[in-house]
Amino acid sequence: MNLLLLNILLAVAWMMLTGEVSSGTFTAGLLVGYLLLWLTRPAWGETRYFSKLLPVIRFVLYFLKELLVANLKVAYDIVTPKDHMVPGIVAVPLDVKSDIEITLFANLVTLTPGTLSLDVSPDRRTLYVHALYVKDAGQFRRELKNGLEKRLIEVMR
Amino acid sequence: MKEILSGSLLLMGSVFILLSAVGILRMPDLYTRMSATTKASTLGIGLVLLGTILFWQDFGIASRAIAIIVFLFLTAPVAAHVIGRAAYLGKVPLWEKTNIDEFKKREHPSDSSSSMPE
Repeated sequence: MNLLLLNILLAVAWMMLTGEVSSGTFTAGLLVGYLLLWLTRPAWGETRYFSKLLPVIRFVLYFLKELLVANLKVAYDIVTPKDHMVPGIVAVPLDVKSDIEITLFANLVTLTPGTLSLDVSPDRRTLYVHALYVKDAGQFRRELKNGLEKRLIEVMR
Repeated sequence: MKEILSGSLLLMGSVFILLSAVGILRMPDLYTRMSATTKASTLGIGLVLLGTILFWQDFGIASRAIAIIVFLFLTAPVAAHVIGRAAYLGKVPLWEKTNIDEFKKREHPSDSSSSMPE
C-alpha cells in the first residue's frame, strides 16, 4: 500500500518535471514510477505490490464483464413484457474473513445487477443475498463462491 | 472518430439510465426495484462520464469525472444495501413469486432488532 502511494507521488513528480498537468503525463509518470520501483525492488523488502498487478487487472476486467452481462440480462427482463424473474434470498457462507474483504465482497455483490446483499450474520460467516434469478439456491451459492469470491480472495491474499 | 466513440458511449449510458427508470415502474417489489435501478443507473452514469472524458480530453474534466465514477461506485452499493436491509427489517413484503427466503430462518442471537450493528 505504501508503494502505491510512492508510485502516485512519483507520478506527480514526473508531471511537475515535465511541466504539463494532464492525464497523459500522469499516466506516463505512473508507468515510469512503477518501472522504477520494480527496478529497485530489493530495497522494498517483502511486498506483493509487483506480483499483484496482473491479478488485480484481471479481476477488474472480470468484474466489468460480469457487470455488463448482468446489466444486459436485467435490462432484457425490463423491456420484455414477460417476467423471467425468480427472486429469492440466499444465505451464502463466507470464506472471506477480514472486515475489508467482507465489505468489498458485499459491495461488489450489490454492485452487480440482480443481486443485493442484505445483511451479514453477527458471527460474520454468512452473507444474505437477495437475487433476481434463483432457480436453485445451491447452484447460486456455488456460482457466487467460485466466481466472485474465489477471485477476490486471489487478489486480496 | 472521437465524436462517434464518445457519442455512442453517451447514448449507451442514457439507454441504461432510461432502462433503470422503466425498471422502477416494471418491477414488482422493493427489493427487485433496488436491484434493477441502482446498478443500471450506476453503469449508465459511468458510461456517460466516460463519454465526456473522451470528448473533452482535458485533465481537469477527466480527473473530476473519474472522481465521480469512483465515489459513485463506492457509495451506490452501500446505499442500496442499507435501504434493502432497512426494508427487510421493517417487514416490507417480498413479491409473491419469491422463491426462497433463507434470511427468515437466520438464528436470532437474543434479540436481533436491538442488536443492530454499525
